[in-house]
Amino acid sequence: MRLKKSAVGLIVYLVLLMLPIYWMLNMSLTTNADILGGFSLYPKDPTFDNYIKIFTDESWYSGYINSIIYVSINTAISLTVALPAAYAFSRYSFLGDKHMFFWLLTNRMAPPAVFLLPFFQLYSTFGLIDTHIAVALAHCLFNVPLAVWILEGFMSGVPREIDETAYIDGYSFPRFFLTVFMPLIRAGIGVTAFFCFMFSWVELLLARTLTTTVAKPIAATMTRTVSATGLDWGLLAAAGILTIVPGALVIWFVRNYMAKGFALGRV
Amino acid sequence: MNKTENNKAWFLVLPVFVIVAFSAIIPLMTIVNYSVQDIFGPDQRVFVGTEWFRDVLGDERLQEALWRQFLFSGLVLLIEIPLGVLVALMMPKRGWTVSVVLVVLALPLLIPWNVIGTIWIIFTRPDIGLLGVAINGLGVEFDHTASPLDAWITVILMEVWHWTPLVALLAYAGLRAIPDAYFQAARIDGASAWATFRYIQLPKMRGVLTIAVLLRFMDSFLIYAEPFVLTGGGPGNSTTFLSIYLVKVAVGQFDLGPAAAFSIIYFLIILLFSWLFYQALQNVGTGEKQ
Repeated sequence: MRLKKSAVGLIVYLVLLMLPIYWMLNMSLTTNADILGGFSLYPKDPTFDNYIKIFTDESWYSGYINSIIYVSINTAISLTVALPAAYAFSRYSFLGDKHMFFWLLTNRMAPPAVFLLPFFQLYSTFGLIDTHIAVALAHCLFNVPLAVWILEGFMSGVPREIDETAYIDGYSFPRFFLTVFMPLIRAGIGVTAFFCFMFSWVELLLARTLTTTVAKPIAATMTRTVSATGLDWGLLAAAGILTIVPGALVIWFVRNYMAKGFALGRV
Repeated sequence: MNKTENNKAWFLVLPVFVIVAFSAIIPLMTIVNYSVQDIFGPDQRVFVGTEWFRDVLGDERLQEALWRQFLFSGLVLLIEIPLGVLVALMMPKRGWTVSVVLVVLALPLLIPWNVIGTIWIIFTRPDIGLLGVAINGLGVEFDHTASPLDAWITVILMEVWHWTPLVALLAYAGLRAIPDAYFQAARIDGASAWATFRYIQLPKMRGVLTIAVLLRFMDSFLIYAEPFVLTGGGPGNSTTFLSIYLVKVAVGQFDLGPAAAFSIIYFLIILLFSWLFYQALQNVGTGEKQ
């Protein structure tokens, strides 16, 4: 009975969650005139014109490619540097560890509006403007601290005896870390990878400031639909639906890591 | 918590420090520079000391925006954290439904923020939007472009819709990381569902919930694109949150000095409250272990 009640609650929540997204899907399959023409629960005259435009116009689909490139680079860098650091924070005490740990998070606390100008100056000094790597590096500012924090939480949940047993058994640190420890925190790595991907994917201000044409992100392309004749709602909705797809694929791939959780006694 | 003392652990942290400091330190120094100077042009600047800081602190519209911001972030935390934990507890533990639920939960998080505001403009329109038509169908007059209360309800609703899944995903991952042995022990002891939650699940989720509270506090305090696109800060100034006002100062009036001072004060407020939350959550957890 208890189980049933929670299932009903969850289904109600998920349906409510899907309503705005359903509305976006509905809009994406409708012409602009029909959207503004009147209320309709479903597309009366479904059309794929909005999607066709995005897939055939290079200025549109290149936005997706650019975003996917810098987001992937960012996720890879964030996880690579954050994994060993999170291990250090969870297992050792060292000079300034607590300050360092909290300082990392302070990098997420600055209001971006005024920081855009010095960011632009910094990255142009290094000749990185309008490259994918510039956006990937800039997004490390908020993704690396997050990755360290999430991973540290999961690593601290692993009993220290596992490390000690492995070292007694003669494992070197890299071998222990890659073959014993990382599988134990799969859930944490999965969540972290998804969050890095997500925050980098939806960030607009930095990405737009650091790019002009070659590495222009999709979220910036979408602001273009505001023109003199008003907003093309249908096209914008179609582009919005397509921005969900890559992230949904990522979470589909990491879902098992998140769901399986923690298998104690692996060693 | 007897960690091994080992200063060589710094080598594991060094890459993180370098990569974050690269983007963090120089822009921050530049902002501090702006905040104490009056800038007329690239080579014409005058040192003005704390003038901008005094100006900013005495600005009444900024103080109003600040209180609005506290109310907003407070409501967001009070709604999203319990709701997110509740959703995580209701989620299935195994089977194919897990994958479906995880993907559906993640969808709102993946939409760029400016697009979220735009979609909600249509979604809440009383003539052609699903939510607007539904509410008016119930006989309630609802228009977020005219009534400040309706605007607040809409912005909070949008924020809760957008971000509760983040809390739920973190809480769910935290729940799945609890070894089964704990639940078996609870079952043998005949513990009630509430006792299991209160003494096993909640303390074990302390780490992920700390992250969830801090993230939701910081991001809701910095919120810009969604309410700006949806309401433009109106009607009147009723949804002009702190960062919307900051952009007005920085871009609208093109006043780099006061805007930089504003940014620094803004940053320090978030820093202070995040630290307080962090300390509080750390201590709550250690007390509960008894």
